[in-house]
Amino acid sequence: MKFIDIIRSAIANSFRSKLRTGLTVIAIFIGAFTLTITSGIGTGVTSYINSQVSAIGAADVLTVSKADDAAATTDDGPAPYDPEKATAISLGNGSRPGSTIQALTADDLDTIKATSGILGVDPAVQVTPDYIESDGGGKFELTVNAAATLTTADLAAGAQLDNESSTDQILLPTTYLDTLGFSTPESAINQTVTIGVTDVAGTQQRVPATVVGVQNETILGAGAGLNQPLTDRLHAVELSGTPAGAPQSYATATARFDLNATDAEITAIKADLADQGYASQTVADQIGSFETVINVIIGVLNAFAVIALIAAGFGIINTLLMSVQERTREIGLMKAMGMNGGRVYALFSTEAVFIGFLGSALGALVAVGVGSLVSNILATTVFENLPGLQVVQFAPSSIAIIIGVVMLIAFLAGTLPARAAARQNPIDALRYE
Amino acid sequence: MTVPVLSAQNIGKSYGNGANRFDALKGVSVDIRAGESVAIVGKSGSGKSTLMHLLALLDNPDTGALLVEGTDAKKLKGTEVNRLRNQDFGFVFQQFFLTANASVLDNVVLPLKIAGIGPKERKARGMKALEQLELADKAKNKAMNLSGGQKQRAVIARALVNNPKVIFADEPTGNLDTATGAVVEDILFALNKDKGITLIIVTHDIDLAARCDRQIFIRDGIEDATRSPEAIQKPAGAHS
Repeated sequence: MKFIDIIRSAIANSFRSKLRTGLTVIAIFIGAFTLTITSGIGTGVTSYINSQVSAIGAADVLTVSKADDAAATTDDGPAPYDPEKATAISLGNGSRPGSTIQALTADDLDTIKATSGILGVDPAVQVTPDYIESDGGGKFELTVNAAATLTTADLAAGAQLDNESSTDQILLPTTYLDTLGFSTPESAINQTVTIGVTDVAGTQQRVPATVVGVQNETILGAGAGLNQPLTDRLHAVELSGTPAGAPQSYATATARFDLNATDAEITAIKADLADQGYASQTVADQIGSFETVINVIIGVLNAFAVIALIAAGFGIINTLLMSVQERTREIGLMKAMGMNGGRVYALFSTEAVFIGFLGSALGALVAVGVGSLVSNILATTVFENLPGLQVVQFAPSSIAIIIGVVMLIAFLAGTLPARAAARQNPIDALRYE
Repeated sequence: MTVPVLSAQNIGKSYGNGANRFDALKGVSVDIRAGESVAIVGKSGSGKSTLMHLLALLDNPDTGALLVEGTDAKKLKGTEVNRLRNQDFGFVFQQFFLTANASVLDNVVLPLKIAGIGPKERKARGMKALEQLELADKAKNKAMNLSGGQKQRAVIARALVNNPKVIFADEPTGNLDTATGAVVEDILFALNKDKGITLIIVTHDIDLAARCDRQIFIRDGIEDATRSPEAIQKPAGAHS
């Protein structure tokens, strides 16, 4: 029997008992549908995160902070006072309220800089401007996105921040446009805005800045981005009037290393810093921990889908065993007419694979349809504030893998009945009533 | 003297083990020559069907040897046995064994499909076989919609489609009324006469057996030598 005839016969045979095949297909359909949806959510969320922090601009940067003081346990009582130790400092927005870490001092910065592999270190300065104002449009509160210089923004118009530039640049989020009186993102580019900031003496000063770009709002910190010169200038204004000799302290610092450093080298630098009492993370580490959480959730959902598919596998076994039973005589006849056991086996396992294909292809197809529809609806309702989030996205490769895996499960489920069919003795089969 | 197409030499076959052991065949020797028609006659359970299964290579004898054109069947490879059954043998069964939902043509070309012949040639040869049995107009009908006689003619067309050397018929008229049975008998004997196809008919119908060139009587697993061809005219039980 030719291969093509085996496939044709297997397909025809699976349609012979439509209800039975249909029910098995539904079981597989449910599993494949779930698997496709969960993998779609995985793809959608991951691709959203990636676009949010897209093309991590600063792959050569470590965020360094003081490691937790291991000695300070509750049992030991308070640690002895160390005048050299810097005061505790709040991590600022985003951290647990009231939580503090040891601040980095100028000495710490020197130590970090001296670590082999570190090319340079900058303290992370956090500026807190009072307001932003554009040409007489009134004063509005300004939130600064401290991570802006570490990432590449998802731009609606204009250009990225340039830290090497001598001009003071600001990157506005789309939500600021209306308030500041810009009708379109394009109209805001190259306009000058004024930032108000208060110095130590309590005097408010005005600093002009040029809008270089407008960015879509991101989940990793809303607010305006400032380039390094502007941050430095605002910081200088904030500190003007500070008594000489007052120690400076910083929550974190950004250390630069060679852009071409290998993973092993980066790990070595981090280990080196850890030995000296500093915790360090690359941008990839920070995003990685975020993605790990999402991957675990997707993994759990996938596990449920796989359980559904295993149950469907038993459905296939049952369907085909009944089919073998029903067609005992036919199998006997084919064997009497010179069909060998291998071909009979192929015929039944092809039928199993076809049922698997039917269920998984339908499941994947419907999942793509339903997923896209739901995703579009959610994008305009629940996730309206997260522009660009398509919560369910489908990668053709992962759909192909799902269909392939389901067909493999179907094949494995089909081996048992197919063996039973292939082993039948033609005479017993023909005598069977 | 030519080599017999099939030659059974003192073959025996038993089923089951221990106390359940049943000797279906206890040593039967038969030579079947090309072109003859042979009836294997016996009552239910006499072992006549077992003998046919062994001759048709559907089963292996426990004792004795079966020669196919002089070659011991035990020495034939599995693929060779399959080829023989597919191309040299045709089967006609009492219960027809037609796939009910498939078309008559699909049923008839099954041996060609198994042999791996392309769809075009399959159709041409299938239609030719159906025309021979005057069933061409039913080719597209489903097998379950045929009458008993039509079904058996379809089965004969299926047995014939590969141009076999030997046709094995197991009670070919058992499920048919007398008139239809007679038609089927005529077809089988016509094939034997006109095409020289060797015919091996298993039956308990004395009249059908009488039409064959030769009769082999099987009783309790051995050949019943007391029944000569003449005795068929006056069966042993007729006088008592």
